[in-house]
Amino acid sequence: MNTLKYQSQAVAKPYFIFALILFVGQILFGLVMGLQYVVGDFLAGAIPFNVARMVHTNLLIVWLLFGFMGAAYYMVPEESETELYSPKLAIILFWIFAAAGVATILGYLLVPYSTLAHYTLNELWPTMGREFLEQPTITKIGIVIVCLGFLFNLGMTILKGRKTAINMVLMTGLIGLAVFFLFAFYNPTNLALDKYFWWFVVHLWVEGVWELIMGAILAYVLIKVTGVDREVIEKWLYVIIAMALISGILGTGHHFYWLTTPEYWQWVGSIFSAIEPLPFFAMVLYAFNMVNRRRREHPNKAATLWALGTSVMAFLGAGVWGFLHTLAPVNYYTHGSQITAAHGHMAFYGAYAMIVMTIISYAMPKLRGIGEANCNRAQVREMWGFWLMTVAMVFITLFLTGAGVLQVWLQRIPESGEALSFMVTQDKLAIFYWLREIAGVFFLIGLISYISSFWVKEKIAS
Amino acid sequence: MSERFTKGMARNIYYGGSVFFFLIFLALTYHTTKVMPERDHRENITEAVAHGKELWEENNCIGCHSLIGEGAYFAPELGNVYKRRGGEAGFKAFLNGWMKAQPLNIPGRRQMPNFHLSDKEIDDLAEFLKWTSELDTNDWPPNIEG
Ligand code: HEM
Ligand code: HEM
Ligand SMILES: [Fe+2]
Repeated sequence: MNTLKYQSQAVAKPYFIFALILFVGQILFGLVMGLQYVVGDFLAGAIPFNVARMVHTNLLIVWLLFGFMGAAYYMVPEESETELYSPKLAIILFWIFAAAGVATILGYLLVPYSTLAHYTLNELWPTMGREFLEQPTITKIGIVIVCLGFLFNLGMTILKGRKTAINMVLMTGLIGLAVFFLFAFYNPTNLALDKYFWWFVVHLWVEGVWELIMGAILAYVLIKVTGVDREVIEKWLYVIIAMALISGILGTGHHFYWLTTPEYWQWVGSIFSAIEPLPFFAMVLYAFNMVNRRRREHPNKAATLWALGTSVMAFLGAGVWGFLHTLAPVNYYTHGSQITAAHGHMAFYGAYAMIVMTIISYAMPKLRGIGEANCNRAQVREMWGFWLMTVAMVFITLFLTGAGVLQVWLQRIPESGEALSFMVTQDKLAIFYWLREIAGVFFLIGLISYISSFWVKEKIAS
Repeated sequence: MSERFTKGMARNIYYGGSVFFFLIFLALTYHTTKVMPERDHRENITEAVAHGKELWEENNCIGCHSLIGEGAYFAPELGNVYKRRGGEAGFKAFLNGWMKAQPLNIPGRRQMPNFHLSDKEIDDLAEFLKWTSELDTNDWPPNIEG
């Protein structure tokens, strides 16, 4: 059965499938690291912690990028009311990106990092060895090329079709993503400058342009599953992203407190980043409001659940846990502690992992020719996945927060001489790390049950 | 939201607001980069410091450690390790001994790999960490443990 409005939307399918495969890899390496936190020499020879960490975080970023691209290829033709400019280009870029991604991950795993740096001629243009930007320079160039081709394809599609607010916001977000990534190529010898502009990629992504992408996907899915008037939804979309950028751009200052930067950043960063939770809170109100005012009963209950869930979890992870440590006097003690890790986990999961699963949940039944929604049994299985992963992530966050508070108490607050050393403190946190690892296993079970839902079929009545 | 607040108005706030605050951000960034030299002491970046940073990156030290609070949280903060481990008198000897002793192979303890660096390379790395410890970080970290 063909259930796509525009045939070229089909190119989204490999993007979504590959994203989920990488997601599984991300979690497996997360569990390896979680164990190394307490059993320090576990696999230390084969997969040193730093290698596992690169694989974990880079797989995360790459699967989210695949998810965003899939989302765009699915949404833009329908929003523009025209076929994609070049489905062929989309498929070629898929294979290039997938091959480059796999090769890079294998590089991390198979040779020492310094060898990888030499093989890929890092000394010609050193960009490696910085958190989240560990990819060889050549891979970074590949990412830029893939992004350019992708943006060209979408741009040409939108130019010949309808220009909706959702399209424009999505495009602005994706262009911003590509533009700010260019700062990954700027790596001055001066560490202070290096760090300053490193945040142009990291912060201006997750607390800037990615919020536009999230907002656009959420708006699209809400229109589809609730049937609420587009005018209303798009007005909200603009309000939310206006708040996001107005607070988030100067909010970058919350990373410039301790960086050889002037003291005024402590004020600018604290004030503006304290406003950053607002757009996330608005998203919660908006999602629940639209679902309550729905004009149709969409059969895809799972997609609606993801849409509501992502708004709540993004608010908790980014809004509440972000606010927790964003004021300069608090950040002085919590900076770079397990509190940061707690926040990073719930924010990335709630905002970006869940928004990608929202659009996958909505689009996959159509891409697979099943119809508006999966059968009831499959949806129930998918919702089990939703709850297991989400509740597990809440616990991971709580355990890491417990570890972080104790870490600050033992290691940061006492005077020099009285404070415990880093390694001694870590020993005292072991119980929290064990609990986090157990919660992580539940997360994996949730992920498996989510993925298995793709194979669940209705029981045939005998 | 009232009917009088239209989508067009929301859109204008979005475009106007983002452009306005982005310009302020650029202006502050410009000012910051102008005054940073007084605080980062870039005049002290020698060839050894520069090479030390390259070694720091090519061995992915940030994958386990934090440096001025950013990076990983698996192993100690190294932004102030120069001060914590001997300073002028003892740090270079300490670092050389430390790097060569890896992996410690204490059962159950978190392990640092051996990166097979030469004495010269370890010395450059030490110079980089020394320079880093002298950055004016508005008094962060709160104490010597980092
Ligand atoms: C979905 C949005 C967000 C995501 C994905 C996210 C993710 C992250 C991650 C991964 C880090 C650690 C970066 C590193 O490795 O050094 C971080 C740091 C931080 N985030 Fe967020 N964040 C989000 C939103 C927010 C918001 C809204 C706030 C404030 C209200 C906030 C406040 C902070 C602060 C203060 C730090 C620095 C922590 C430290 O000093 O160690 N974040 N964020
Ligand atoms: C089984 C579940 C998971 C476990 C056991 C786990 C474990 C870890 C560990 C041990 C680290 C390194 C912390 C350090 O630097 O010392 C880490 C980093 C990170 N993980 Fe996970 N993880 C899991 C799932 C996830 C998920 C689902 C996401 C997001 C969707 C995620 C996003 C991140 C991010 C963004 C970082 C970097 C954090 C920062 O720099 O502050 N992880 N994870
Ligand atoms: Fe931030």
